[in-house]
Amino acid sequence: MANRLEKITEWILTLSALVSAFITVLIFVFLLIFGLPLLQGGQWFDLLASPWSPREGLYGIRPMLLGTVYISLLGMAFAFPLSFGCAALISVFAPRSFGGFLRKVVQLMTGIPTVVYGFVGIFLLVPMVREILQGGSGMCLLTASLMLSILISPTLILFFVDGFDRAPRSHLDAVAALGGNEMQQFIFVILPNAWSNVLSGIVLAFGRVLGDTLIALMIAGNAVQVPGSVLESARTLTAHVALVIAADYDSPEFKSIFACGITLYLFSAMMVVLIRSIGAISGRKKR
Amino acid sequence: MSWWLERTMIIFCWICGFTLLAAITTILGYLLYQGLGSINLRLIFGNTSVVDALLLRKHVFAGLFPAMVGTVAVVTLSVGFAIPVGIAGGIYMAEYARGGVKAVLGFCFDILAGVPSVVIGLSGFALAIFLHRHFSAAIYPSLFISSLSLAVLVLPYIIRSTQFALESLPADTRRIAVALGATKLQNIVYVLIPRSLSAIFSGIILAIGRCAEDTAVIMLTGAVAFAGVPKSLFAQYEALPFYIYYISSQYANQQELLSGYGASLILMLICALLFFVASMTRKGVACQALYRT
Repeated sequence: MANRLEKITEWILTLSALVSAFITVLIFVFLLIFGLPLLQGGQWFDLLASPWSPREGLYGIRPMLLGTVYISLLGMAFAFPLSFGCAALISVFAPRSFGGFLRKVVQLMTGIPTVVYGFVGIFLLVPMVREILQGGSGMCLLTASLMLSILISPTLILFFVDGFDRAPRSHLDAVAALGGNEMQQFIFVILPNAWSNVLSGIVLAFGRVLGDTLIALMIAGNAVQVPGSVLESARTLTAHVALVIAADYDSPEFKSIFACGITLYLFSAMMVVLIRSIGAISGRKKR
Repeated sequence: MSWWLERTMIIFCWICGFTLLAAITTILGYLLYQGLGSINLRLIFGNTSVVDALLLRKHVFAGLFPAMVGTVAVVTLSVGFAIPVGIAGGIYMAEYARGGVKAVLGFCFDILAGVPSVVIGLSGFALAIFLHRHFSAAIYPSLFISSLSLAVLVLPYIIRSTQFALESLPADTRRIAVALGATKLQNIVYVLIPRSLSAIFSGIILAIGRCAEDTAVIMLTGAVAFAGVPKSLFAQYEALPFYIYYISSQYANQQELLSGYGASLILMLICALLFFVASMTRKGVACQALYRT
């Protein structure tokens, strides 16, 4: 009796894990089935490369693809130095009390809803950019990536701090005993120890920026074009999906959003593979 | 290394720290300044009396009440779907899965955790169309589809937090009951789960927060701007995050805009509250209250 209970429980637990893993595959299959008409006949690369002009029957997602890449890269370019500085401050340079306070603030920031950032972005940051830079409506690549950098900084900072805190105490003491100061400890002990955390933090955050919908949708302007400067409006793949969803189910526009979905899925899967290989490489080195 | 370079680096770090603090203070301060004045009973219940609205006797038109009910409904449902499967999956990963199977499953969960929420929303939408065509014409993007999609969104978090909670127990704790003759299941139910309950619980609360704030999934799977309090599982519904998004692009007058600030503030307070509960739980404060033996 007890033995049967053990078996049944193990069976249920196994089933739950398998179902959950199966969902991962199922999502991709769903996207493929709905995007299939576009994928047949080698149209896939045309779709990625061609521009978007429904009047001529072109439903390429190149502008959105480039928009996503530009916004993400610019967002990372703002967020990385900011987060690196903050993380170094928290775990090395700041007095303990201030570092602890900053860490609490950063942890709290991870809980702020994305839509709230977007909302404040529209009514605070967009007018500021418009006034200061005199550039059009203010809804542009620059505004969106500034807000995105605030959104992902907490992720980056927590990853970096985690890596910085991992430096062995004895090595730090050795540097101190040789007369090294905090900065030398940081550069010669803490940083070399933390590189895998720093790298996987960057990859993870990049995945989050690529996949973020609301901020780009709300404050990047959503014009379908390849942005020529940071002050021009852009549309991301994610925003495109959200905007087109309302259209007719059988239209080619509608099918193109599944191409966006597949692209985003593959992007994010690639990030996961990258993080795992970073982890594997650093694990092998330590051994 | 030259003295000047060191100075510059340290000053740079301090500038970063204060930039971040300034940014977040500005964002929160702006929201409080604009929204605090608009938070009152009228914001939530409009012109309907509180009792009538709570008993669902009258519709609330110009208030946040339907959106709040919608958010509570969708979060409850999705967490209800995700918790049993997630915890069971986590226990399997920590206690039963070994070797290659564990590696493959773990890889799947990592991928699922990385899938952008808009893509999960899109597949939820595709699922709705699929069911609509092949099973029942009554199925549209709805509360049910939304909560399924949200459940998928938080599933990997619950699995992973359960798994890590169990795996981080000390090896001694793991062996004692078995040494006394307990079976594997008895060991899990009577020793391992009670010991890791607070960590599992805090993972669940973070998952609830994630459900409550996510907008991309629900906007693709059935959240609309005006629907009233949801009447069935297969009806469209209103939700706070979607309302905020909607107001930001479609507000008609100052009154509506103010209610947008109010809604943002309420959503943020809910998320902050969940966050604090989660961090308190991890410290074990709530654990003692929950599991007194």
